[in-house]
Amino acid sequence: MRIAAWLRSVSAKFFRRDALAEELQEELHEHIALRADDLERQGLSRAEAERLARIEFGGVEKFREQSHEALGAAWLETLLADIRYSLRVLRKSPGFVAAAVVTLALAIAANAVVFGLMDGLILRPLNVPRGDALIGLPNGSDPGFESYQNYKDLRDRNHSFVDLAAFSFAFVALDTGNDPVPGSGYAVTGNYFDVLGVKPYLGRVIHASDERGTNSAPYVVLTWAYWHRRFHEDRGVIGRVVLVNKRPFTVIGVTPPGFIGTLMFISPDFFLPIVTPISASGDQGLDLRADQHSVFESFGYLKPGVTRAQAEADCSNVAAYLAKTYPKEFDQRTPVVLGRVGLTAFAGGVEAFVGGLMLLAALILLGACANLGSLFAARASDRSREVALRLALGSSRNRILRQLFTEAVMLALLGGAVGLALSVFLLQRISAWHPIPAVPIQIPVAPDAKIYIVALVLALVSGFLFGLVPMRQILRSHPYEIVKAGPGLKINRRINVRDVLLVLQVAICGVLITASLVAVRGLVRSLHSDFGFEPRDTAMVSVDLAQAGYSGASIPAMQKRLVHAMEAIPGVENAGLVNNYPPLVYTGADRQPIFRENAPDLLPAHAAMSPYSFGISPGYLAAARTSLLAGRDFTWHDDKAAPAVAIANVSFAEKMFGSINGALGKYFELKDGRRVQVVGVMEDGKYLSITEEHEPAVFVPFEQNPMAAAWLVLRSRRDPQSLAVAIRAEIRKLDAGLPAEVRSWNELLQPILFPARMATLALGVMGLMGAMLSITGIFGMAAYSVSRRLRELGIRMALGAQRKEVLQAALGRALRLLAIGSAAGLVLGVLASHVLASIVYQATPRDPLVLGGVVVTMAMLGLVATWIPAQRALSIDPLILLREE
Amino acid sequence: MGDQAQLLPGTLDLLILKAVSLGPLHGYGVLLRIAQISGQALLVEQGALYPALFRLVRQGLLHAKWGKSENNRRAKFYELTLAGRKRLDEETEGWNRLTAAIGSALAARPEEV
Repeated sequence: MRIAAWLRSVSAKFFRRDALAEELQEELHEHIALRADDLERQGLSRAEAERLARIEFGGVEKFREQSHEALGAAWLETLLADIRYSLRVLRKSPGFVAAAVVTLALAIAANAVVFGLMDGLILRPLNVPRGDALIGLPNGSDPGFESYQNYKDLRDRNHSFVDLAAFSFAFVALDTGNDPVPGSGYAVTGNYFDVLGVKPYLGRVIHASDERGTNSAPYVVLTWAYWHRRFHEDRGVIGRVVLVNKRPFTVIGVTPPGFIGTLMFISPDFFLPIVTPISASGDQGLDLRADQHSVFESFGYLKPGVTRAQAEADCSNVAAYLAKTYPKEFDQRTPVVLGRVGLTAFAGGVEAFVGGLMLLAALILLGACANLGSLFAARASDRSREVALRLALGSSRNRILRQLFTEAVMLALLGGAVGLALSVFLLQRISAWHPIPAVPIQIPVAPDAKIYIVALVLALVSGFLFGLVPMRQILRSHPYEIVKAGPGLKINRRINVRDVLLVLQVAICGVLITASLVAVRGLVRSLHSDFGFEPRDTAMVSVDLAQAGYSGASIPAMQKRLVHAMEAIPGVENAGLVNNYPPLVYTGADRQPIFRENAPDLLPAHAAMSPYSFGISPGYLAAARTSLLAGRDFTWHDDKAAPAVAIANVSFAEKMFGSINGALGKYFELKDGRRVQVVGVMEDGKYLSITEEHEPAVFVPFEQNPMAAAWLVLRSRRDPQSLAVAIRAEIRKLDAGLPAEVRSWNELLQPILFPARMATLALGVMGLMGAMLSITGIFGMAAYSVSRRLRELGIRMALGAQRKEVLQAALGRALRLLAIGSAAGLVLGVLASHVLASIVYQATPRDPLVLGGVVVTMAMLGLVATWIPAQRALSIDPLILLREE
Repeated sequence: MGDQAQLLPGTLDLLILKAVSLGPLHGYGVLLRIAQISGQALLVEQGALYPALFRLVRQGLLHAKWGKSENNRRAKFYELTLAGRKRLDEETEGWNRLTAAIGSALAARPEEV
């Protein structure tokens, strides 16, 4: 009731302004008329009565104003008046407004986008019920990988989890009838959906009761996105039989639209039961406790009342039990550490990276505030005469400050709105972006209410920050002095707020530029470091014979035919094959423990080392351009029947046998007891990540280590497109049902270079923004100091000052500040770059090129920013200037 | 209009509410009614009435609508809303308590202390 009355009163005040004024006028008028009627009745003449009535009433104008105020919301009216006034003032300086809005919009957009990344990758839990309480368990020796047997023991022997589910990847071909398309699926345990609490969108999901031994559940559950894309939301798909790697699976359900699996950035197409074999050989490695690749990650919810530390201790107990019971297979090196689900082993890196970006973005915003603050201060001192006049005419300082604040906040909100629009656009682009073709990586960001709030808060905070700068100036201004003296005559030699702000801004910019140069330099270095193979002029074909139904001895036979067919293609210089994945591709490199000949036993604890291990065909080394330093390459005679042989890299040879030549002809043992002779030594390379240095590796003949999944490696300078056509034709000739996609090694390296590229891109953008900020800042300062001192400079020139002296007088201060700020920024940037080293390989600030680059960049920025003001100072015509004043 | 008592601050609103509670009134009528019910002892400054009336309307205690005055002039009439009636009762009670307390305080004699 009261609120309704207030609203009516206030809305009438703002929307029926004129009508209300008229009514009030009429009401007061009628009052006087009624009083006059009464007085007339008492015997006065009409004219006399009206005069008296008016006198009795008092000041009509005063009461009308008071009544108007009594309508309520006087503050709102003041605010509106301030806004109207600010709009008028701002409209007079469109250049200033544009500069301020663009500066702020960029800074706020940078912050909002980085916040969006942080929200999507770190703050937001997985999109499942109680996703924030889900605990991930990277057990086993490789981060994120463990064996299915270990998972089962952990699931059944721990006392901390309600239940433990697990998943792995299943890169398989899905065929709905003569259209096999490679897809990325999760192989999940039966309780996967029940642990997560995910209900089907359509049909049903896989349950633990479906798991009744191998081959018991040939079911596939589609994700909503895949159902939408491949099946066009056909509800009839439930119950249909599709071929997964040529084996029949029944589609039983579709998951809800929001569910994208249990990894933040790899969303699967479908889910298959982990117990159901997806290859003809039926070998998933599920029975092998030593197979560290059968489970990617296990996870679950803790029982009520169980703390994370208790759960870790509990799981470590289970691990200790397993190590004791299966000393040969269980290879657990670190104590169990629980983590969050979704980012697995990448969590630390992602958090550090996004945290670092957030810090840089905050610096940019701070720089922008410093920039706008000094602009505002400059404007305030230009307007000191106006302010002084208003003060002299009786306006309160409060009122003037409030008006200036209104101006600042309006600019901030405008900048914030533009920045928000920009960030929403960018975030949408990022979430729709598939950075690497053919790899289902996506970045799960979504512009939502949180982003709007962050942008709004940032805008308001920055508005207050830069609105605050000119405050002191206003509070201390002396109306009489200023009106008397006029602006621009007082040359302040003391350090003032604007100088401090400029130094701060330049220093921030220096930090950003140092950081981005360090990152770019690191990326360039890692791109040009020696991989131990030459990724240019290659064609790579993934052939997973399991997808085409091969098994047993037919696999190496077919692989041999494939390599020979590739060698025969015109223009192909060399061709070979590598099992599983080539080096540096999809982090597929595998380590195998190896033993010295006289090792007491073959337990993991006694392994001499765990080199990376690759199975290759003859011709692979030549095709990869990996140079053989000693000994011989494999031949087609190094088959299953021949003695086991290997080619070691230099690190392997030196660590194991002391020298390259000392390694030739020597033996080592595999954990299955086979004796292997080193027949060749090749150069070191990079195998799992580009950041590794001189890791031991050993290559063995592919036939002595058979695998259905392999990559053909071709070296050719032919046009990639026609080459791909020829390759596909050859493969179709051998087996028309074999899906084959042709790529280059460089393409395949994209995922591994992705983090460094992203980091460099992000830091580059930040550095660019920092550079822009400092240009506008220095320009503003220089232009302002020239314009303030035009008269002084004119006099100097009239008295015969040289160009150099004029420039020094006009810009010396700006350049000195620039130098101080740059030096501070460089030092801080070098200190901050230690953080970068964890993200960008070979990022070192102690690089003369980087240091030189920063100095040159800052000097260039200073030159660019002061060019126009300098020209203006030099073009002063003292005669005109002095006449004008 | 001879010898009038000074209006205590804050009492104008109460007087207006009381005056209007006896029947809808226009602004001048409120003035006359206050004079009448106070036995011509209280006289409100004419112009000061209007900001108070507007404030009471804004607070939802009064409701205003246009009508015809007794001598056929267009006038804005004020009447009490439900909230206004409640407020009047509260304020009356408060006022009575206050005057009783002040009365008894002023009536105190040395021997009673």
